[in-house]
Amino acid sequence: MEAYLDNGATTKTLESVKDVIVKVLCEDYGNPSSMHQKGVDAEKYIIEAKNIIADSLKADPKEIVFTSGGTESNNMALIGAAMAYKRSGNHIITTRIEHPSIHNPLSFLEETGFRISYLPVDKYGKVEIDALLNEICEETILVSIMYVNNEIGSVQDIAQIAKLIKGKNPKVIFHVDGIQAYGKYRIFPKKMGIDLLSISGHKIHGPKGIGALYIRDKVKMKPILFGGGQQKGMRSGTENVPGIAGLGVAVKEIYMDHELKIKKLYGLKKIFIQGVKEIEDIIINGITDNEELTDTAPHIISVSFGGIRSEVLLHTLEENNIYVSAGSACASNHPQLSGTLKAIGIKKELLDSTIRFSFSINTTLEEIEYTLSTLKEVIPVLRRYSRH
Amino acid sequence: MYKAFLIKYAEIGIKGKNRFIFENALKDQVKFALRWVEGTFHVSKEQGRIFVEAMTDYDFDETVEALQRVFGVTGICPVVVIEDNNWEALSKAVGDYVDAEYPSKNFTFKVAAKRGDKRYPKTSPEICMDMGEYLLDRFHELKVDVHNPEVMLHVEIRNKAYVFSKVIPGPGGMPIGTNGKAMLLLSGGIDSPVAGYMIAKRGVRIDATYFHAPPYTSERAKQKVVDLARLVSKYAGPINLHIVNFTDIQLYIYEKCPHEELTIIMRRYMMKIAEHIALENNCLGLITGESIGQVASQTLQSLAATNEVCTLPVYRPVIGFDKQDIVNLAEKINTYETSIQPYEDCCTIFVAKHPVTKPSLKVIKYSEKALEEKIEELVKVALNTVETIHVD
Repeated sequence: MEAYLDNGATTKTLESVKDVIVKVLCEDYGNPSSMHQKGVDAEKYIIEAKNIIADSLKADPKEIVFTSGGTESNNMALIGAAMAYKRSGNHIITTRIEHPSIHNPLSFLEETGFRISYLPVDKYGKVEIDALLNEICEETILVSIMYVNNEIGSVQDIAQIAKLIKGKNPKVIFHVDGIQAYGKYRIFPKKMGIDLLSISGHKIHGPKGIGALYIRDKVKMKPILFGGGQQKGMRSGTENVPGIAGLGVAVKEIYMDHELKIKKLYGLKKIFIQGVKEIEDIIINGITDNEELTDTAPHIISVSFGGIRSEVLLHTLEENNIYVSAGSACASNHPQLSGTLKAIGIKKELLDSTIRFSFSINTTLEEIEYTLSTLKEVIPVLRRYSRH
Repeated sequence: MYKAFLIKYAEIGIKGKNRFIFENALKDQVKFALRWVEGTFHVSKEQGRIFVEAMTDYDFDETVEALQRVFGVTGICPVVVIEDNNWEALSKAVGDYVDAEYPSKNFTFKVAAKRGDKRYPKTSPEICMDMGEYLLDRFHELKVDVHNPEVMLHVEIRNKAYVFSKVIPGPGGMPIGTNGKAMLLLSGGIDSPVAGYMIAKRGVRIDATYFHAPPYTSERAKQKVVDLARLVSKYAGPINLHIVNFTDIQLYIYEKCPHEELTIIMRRYMMKIAEHIALENNCLGLITGESIGQVASQTLQSLAATNEVCTLPVYRPVIGFDKQDIVNLAEKINTYETSIQPYEDCCTIFVAKHPVTKPSLKVIKYSEKALEEKIEELVKVALNTVETIHVD
């Protein structure tokens, strides 16, 4: 038995995505900028994918720019908007629980003279609204808040936050890192008040190396890559046509029977949480009293196991063909302690004892049951040999 | 400009009747080092030196870099080969060489000539004098100093003429393979690759043993050790890396012995196992990266306690080094960056807060009695499941 429960890190590529990628690579390999028929054929994939993504967001296809993935989308959003609006002010607000692809570009902007505020979150990983309102001022040009947290699955009330921000300063640009949320939630930027939205292909069974940024009409942006002027100069470089075509297919697929899929995920999450609670000395991070769990993301569960180092548990599970992450996979290739876990105030000794289980539409009840029974078996053994 | 290299070596010259063994080994190592370099080379041994001649176009920097990694080489002289050795052509070519190689002519020099081809119309002293005169005429700033020249200009005449004056330093040491083989205990830290390098430099072929403790140490920690072995092999030649699964032994010691003594007892078993693999692979000694007092398990008492389990000599080339000295050497041989990747190794996973620093052998041996029931079986299993990776 194998259980891949690391879908927050990446997901398995769909057959249909693979097929379209192969078709583009082998048959429709033209450069979409070429004037001949090969170029036109390739461009069709881009138009098609753009339409699908725009439809999923109830947006205009003109508002979609393709990038090399979530990290580039976030970089483009923050640096591009900061450069475009620097005359209006130099203040940017974000939260303490963002992904490094938000925090690090902001550190870069800080070096060039911007002032960055980091909002605290409560123990469930929800942004402190009062702090947000306190921070917004005349100088504020940009607020960046993630929809779903990648480490503990906490969800922000994005529409409400957008309303509060615009109520206090209507000029502020609101960026949402939607990389873990897109495909799990229906996100309608215009209705919700989002100006910029980052999405990624490989978190929704699409290919790696492709993502997109939604840029609301009339929002000014400076490019961060310069060259041949592709994508209306917003993102130079020959388009990644196989990736774009694959992303389009993945988006179409993920939003089919969407409600049903999400209901199934919450069902699995509930069973997993019930099961894991039977193990002694554990804490499930970011879970509220809501028994339906609907105020957290359907696919991410963060569990701290007292007295066990996450790396050891991870490799033990791996020996049983169960694949998980320690903290956040993006940040945890190097064993550094997680920013989110610190921000929600979990005990210091548990920081290095936390595992993230993350599901996808492929996850089965059997995988969950197998994982639970394996955990119940190995945890007592590992606790016998702890460092003291 | 340069078509050949003259390889200088020092210690080999005093090896008496065994000298040819060392020279042949050096020749082989030079060939081995050049195998991936762009170009085709002819390597020959003649008159007490190794001569490398490029038969095709080649990459100069890459070649020098490769030669600088060959132990036994003390100096690499880039040589200009002059095909036409009639005096007019020769002197002009030597003058051109001096002109190109030394933009400022304000230095003292001396010509050292050697005449391999005895039919050549000038004798060696005549070549020296006439060449000196020609150069003084052509470059007025030059001065001759026969006792202490800044530049020693070698001119050798055989069927072609060879000119050289520059010496690029080599690593020194002895050619690999001239001093047997030893087993390096390679941990993934900073010290052990340096220790391996130092012993290899004395002509010793290296095998390595690594103790892997899944799931406590990760696959990536193992990969890091393979990477380190590969970096050391750039100097030391091919390495057989033996990977021992140490988890069960470690857990058993953890269960049965006092926690403060865990590291020492564990290291004693590591030495035992390494020695066993060493003997199986014809190694004549063990090599560790231990340095006195660096950690609790490297005090004199601890070293004595771990040393006691084996009969093979244990070589500890960095024993008297400060950490910074070891780091400097690691940077020089390019292992430092890899060594500091943050993967846990099996020595630290169960380390006690206050491990013993002055273990008494008597106490340790008494503690080890608790292991009698199963330890031999576990060691046997570990030895039977060794995975060997060939790295080069």
